[in-house]
Amino acid sequence: MEQLNGWFTELLSGNAIFTANTLSFYWSGLVTTVQLVFLSLLIGVILAVPLAIGRGSKRRWIKLPIYAYTYVFRGTPLLIQLYLVYYGVVFFDGIQDSIFWVVFKQAFFPALIAFTLNTAAYTTEIFHGAIKNTAKGEIEAARAYGMSRKLMMRRIILPSAFRRALPAYGNEVIFMLHASAVASVVTIMDLTGAAYYVYARFYAPFDAFIFVALVYLCLTFSIMFTFRQLEKRLLAHLRPRGV
Amino acid sequence: MNKWITSALLVGAVFSGSISSQAMAQDESKDAIRLGIDVPYEPFVVRNADGDLEGFEIDLGNELCARANLECSWVEQSWDGIIPGLLARKYDAILSSMAITPERERQVMFSLPYYNTPSVWITARDRDIDIDDKESLKGLSVGVQRGTIRDVYVTQEYGDVLDINRYGSSQDVVNDLKSGRLDLTFEDFPIANDAIDFRKEDSPYKQLGDSIKTPTAIFGKGAAMAFRQRDKELAAKFDKAICEVYADGTYDKLMDQYFDYDLSVRPSEQDCAE
Repeated sequence: MEQLNGWFTELLSGNAIFTANTLSFYWSGLVTTVQLVFLSLLIGVILAVPLAIGRGSKRRWIKLPIYAYTYVFRGTPLLIQLYLVYYGVVFFDGIQDSIFWVVFKQAFFPALIAFTLNTAAYTTEIFHGAIKNTAKGEIEAARAYGMSRKLMMRRIILPSAFRRALPAYGNEVIFMLHASAVASVVTIMDLTGAAYYVYARFYAPFDAFIFVALVYLCLTFSIMFTFRQLEKRLLAHLRPRGV
Repeated sequence: MNKWITSALLVGAVFSGSISSQAMAQDESKDAIRLGIDVPYEPFVVRNADGDLEGFEIDLGNELCARANLECSWVEQSWDGIIPGLLARKYDAILSSMAITPERERQVMFSLPYYNTPSVWITARDRDIDIDDKESLKGLSVGVQRGTIRDVYVTQEYGDVLDINRYGSSQDVVNDLKSGRLDLTFEDFPIANDAIDFRKEDSPYKQLGDSIKTPTAIFGKGAAMAFRQRDKELAAKFDKAICEVYADGTYDKLMDQYFDYDLSVRPSEQDCAE
């Protein structure tokens, strides 16, 4: 450990860019990125489950608004959505004096709202697809047992749909992590914001961005690893036997 | 068809070259030199309706040439090729709002600076903020354009008291000053002047404290003429002319004609000593 420490200080003293100061910028950037992505994914999933069920409803007045929502948020770039939320709220008269301004004054919450709505739209479609693909036989069996629609949804359809959605949802998590890089345009000091800062401060684009790329790679790797483990456990019944 | 266009362009290029050489040969008694400039950059240089160049830098350049007893002509050159054009002898000096930087100093030789735009603190008119009292600034938010000299200044001088928000463009900074997200902004004077017109009585914004041009380590020395490294005599002639226009008030007259704020960089006596 001490050896590692010595090696690390030596590495740091050997260059002008990655000082303790800039590394603390990167660290707080990492914390901000993880917070932003984790919170938006969490709220996104919570929103997406009822939306995905509603999306498959037979009633048009439930189905169509949800379809319109996912269509709009999947059909426009996240950067534009972020701009609209961040700069758009200002056009509501008197918002500066209302209680909402506490939330909208900082850049974090407008970004969180834009990211959440965006990921919720994608997740809704992923879950909806998985629900629709539930094997007919399972539904028929549930009916034969006399399950109500609610119980069938809870016990049969959703658990198997989540399992089927897992690989696609893992991709969505990684996409969301990468898409969060746009947060820096509204002054949030996320990982990319920290890289921009270091780049502008030292005029060293390559060093600043290659470092942040490595951090993103590490994050992506840990997400992939987590989902790989989850799939191994939850989709064990789909693997060929004896492997 | 394409060949026709190419040859027409070639003819045009040759023709325009011959015009500038004619202009050079007007007065035999004076040495002729060519000044490279990137057009347009309002109000420093623009092409007017008659097709002539005009603006602060054109007037200043012609004045400097007259004092240095040189016959000057202007050569248009787009910005990204302006230093290579100088080194390739397409013209003898650059007079095109070029800021002195260490990187450029390795390639060209600069005259004394002839202007430097100041930076200003802006806030809402009804706010009462003392920018020099750092304790009172705690918790206020300031907006700057990321990576500019103003970002460096605010980070260095106010990094521990102000909450610094860095934006991609100065338009975004202005937007958030207007939205009320920012308490302060530190802006380039001309940009702030155009975007929020803070000097009018009825403007909702006002300037805080003085305009800021120092320290030179951050804000730079200013814009200067650039010469090839070996043309020391030519540079010296223009340095002398710059000292003269400052000393006898010609500079201020020209500046007042184009600007309503101070962008002068007065040379020290030491700079102007023979």
